[in-house]
Amino acid sequence: MSTETRRSATKPAAKEKGKASNNGADAQPHDDLGGTTPELRRELLRSMLAQRRFEEKCAEAYALGKIGGFCHLYIGQEAISTGVMSMIRPDDYIITAYRDHGQALARGISPRAIMAELFGRQAGCSHGKGGSMHLFDAETNFLGGHGIVGGHVPIAAGVGFAIKYRRGNQVCVCFFGEAAVNIGAFHEALNLASLWNLPVIFIIENNRYGMGTAISRSTANEDVLVRAQGYRMDGESVDGQDVFAVRQTMERAIERARKEKRPTLIEMKTYRFMGHSMSDAVSGTYRSKEELEENMKRDPILVLHNRMYEAGELTEGEMHKMDDEAKAIAQDAWDFADASPEPPLEQLYTDVYSDTTS
Amino acid sequence: MAVLTYRDALTQALREELQRDDRVFLMGEEVAQYNGAYKVSKGLLDEFGPMRIVDTPITELGFAGVGVGAAMVGLRPIVEFMTWNFALLAIDEVVNVAAKTLYMSGGQFKMPMVFRGPNGAALQLAAQHSQAWESWLAHIPGLKVLTPGTPADAKGLLKSAIRDDNPVVFLEGEMLYNTKGEVPDEEYLIPIGAAELKREGDHCSVITHGKMVLVAMRVADDLAKEGINIDVVDLRTVRPIDVEAISRSVQKTNRAVVLEEGWEICGMGSQVVDFIQRECFDDLDAPVLRVHQEDVPMPYAKNLERAAKPDAGKTVAAIKKVMYLD
Repeated sequence: MSTETRRSATKPAAKEKGKASNNGADAQPHDDLGGTTPELRRELLRSMLAQRRFEEKCAEAYALGKIGGFCHLYIGQEAISTGVMSMIRPDDYIITAYRDHGQALARGISPRAIMAELFGRQAGCSHGKGGSMHLFDAETNFLGGHGIVGGHVPIAAGVGFAIKYRRGNQVCVCFFGEAAVNIGAFHEALNLASLWNLPVIFIIENNRYGMGTAISRSTANEDVLVRAQGYRMDGESVDGQDVFAVRQTMERAIERARKEKRPTLIEMKTYRFMGHSMSDAVSGTYRSKEELEENMKRDPILVLHNRMYEAGELTEGEMHKMDDEAKAIAQDAWDFADASPEPPLEQLYTDVYSDTTS
Repeated sequence: MAVLTYRDALTQALREELQRDDRVFLMGEEVAQYNGAYKVSKGLLDEFGPMRIVDTPITELGFAGVGVGAAMVGLRPIVEFMTWNFALLAIDEVVNVAAKTLYMSGGQFKMPMVFRGPNGAALQLAAQHSQAWESWLAHIPGLKVLTPGTPADAKGLLKSAIRDDNPVVFLEGEMLYNTKGEVPDEEYLIPIGAAELKREGDHCSVITHGKMVLVAMRVADDLAKEGINIDVVDLRTVRPIDVEAISRSVQKTNRAVVLEEGWEICGMGSQVVDFIQRECFDDLDAPVLRVHQEDVPMPYAKNLERAAKPDAGKTVAAIKKVMYLD
């Protein structure tokens, strides 16, 4: 996505006539197009499709043993990554947990570098030393890819601290799942961010399951947003399947961070369409097939597609073409990764320590 | 050379490095208004202001993570733990993030920061406040672990730690803060990873670090009166560890005692003994012995605490044993 589209401001647009599909149980109906231009809407759709097709390729590669270890797919949550990344600037910072492929793609890290990382190759964005859970990219201020639930939330506060220390006006966006709100690190980070007025946007991607444990079985108060009040922090809850709603919420949070130097906690309600990782069934153990199917009706790509279709700006032919392009990007990433060399053995011992001093 | 306390030597190091580089800041509980729980940061708030001398709530995990995040984007934090016992609450940030990010990111994100604070037992603080953590921390690739035993080493090593682009664990000693020693007047750095032979003798090597350096020096004085002369090898840094200095000494004396503050099992001494058996197998005239804390949580009662700690008497006994004198 270009800088221009990332920076384009949004205003609530006039209501469109077309009706959005709204099959989700607790989703807010949202009819407008979020003040976006047709060009931007196509960019958003392209970004989400690219993630979807990339993740499908990952599942295939995992089944063939080309990707190893733990691998957590983002399918179903793409409106969040795309919506968030479309609102922030290139000099802003992102830090996230281990379900990080979609965010890395939406941020603009090359699909080839990401797939090469998943394949454990030298050309990977972490040179084959991080893998699926530890995607890093200094060029786009993508600070990882962290594997301990909640452990990276205080780090986001630290990035916010550094922004304040240097009197910058960037923001740091921190993604984590709803299960992290029960971790001490989350609470310590929120307290410090609010106490010290740090420009951090904490995003709870509430997909309702921490691995296989439903939020009702893990969290005394399922309304995770009340935790913002506990730290005198602004908070918003938003339909995370609606890319326009995500963008509008982000616009307010970014303004709060840049102008008022205040953090925000945002709950983005979503659903993952795959298992927690590649090792669990999509449904049948901890959630029912019916529940999954019901939620898949609010596929974020479908939601955007329908909105554009109803606005008369997207034909089925065009949709197919965009989808084919997304598939081609994923295939190209696979081909590139597959042909890339493994890291040379000498690199086993590099990057343990930096040999520089200040 | 001026005679300074260990505390004042540390304060000097902090002040000089804060003056030298405005990316350096100090953060921790009571470091600013209170002047530091052990007064190491005395006067620094007045000189550098609240953005660089930062009081935190009691939230070790939180502020250690803040340090890590700030380091990741180019600042040079010094994170003070009131004691290393409290750092256990923050260990995820130290071990899982600070130590590993350079590697996991394929070399993209450096972590130029220092975690510092008092380590090891003081007096009658009981089990939760009387622990030496160096063997735990030295186990982790990606961390450097420094254990200065004298004021001069404390200053020179802290300055090196602050300038290093890696996460450095800096272990001070509550019982060391008031100890005195000569400190060079001019600016100096002590290289990380270099041991120092603090006393020379031919009869036995005592290999030690941190607070136990003082015990070893006292033992050296006492034994000299009996005609026994020992090498005191002060490791100063336990990761990276100066294997050459250990070998050089043991190859000369043919006998070794390893003295440390921590517990026996998987202690620093275990590692030193491993290096000795690999590097000096044919040089040894006796098995290497270790002196360490007894294998119990630290008791409160004075007499029990004394019995639990490694000390000069236990060290002398070990030296005489490896010299077959008892």
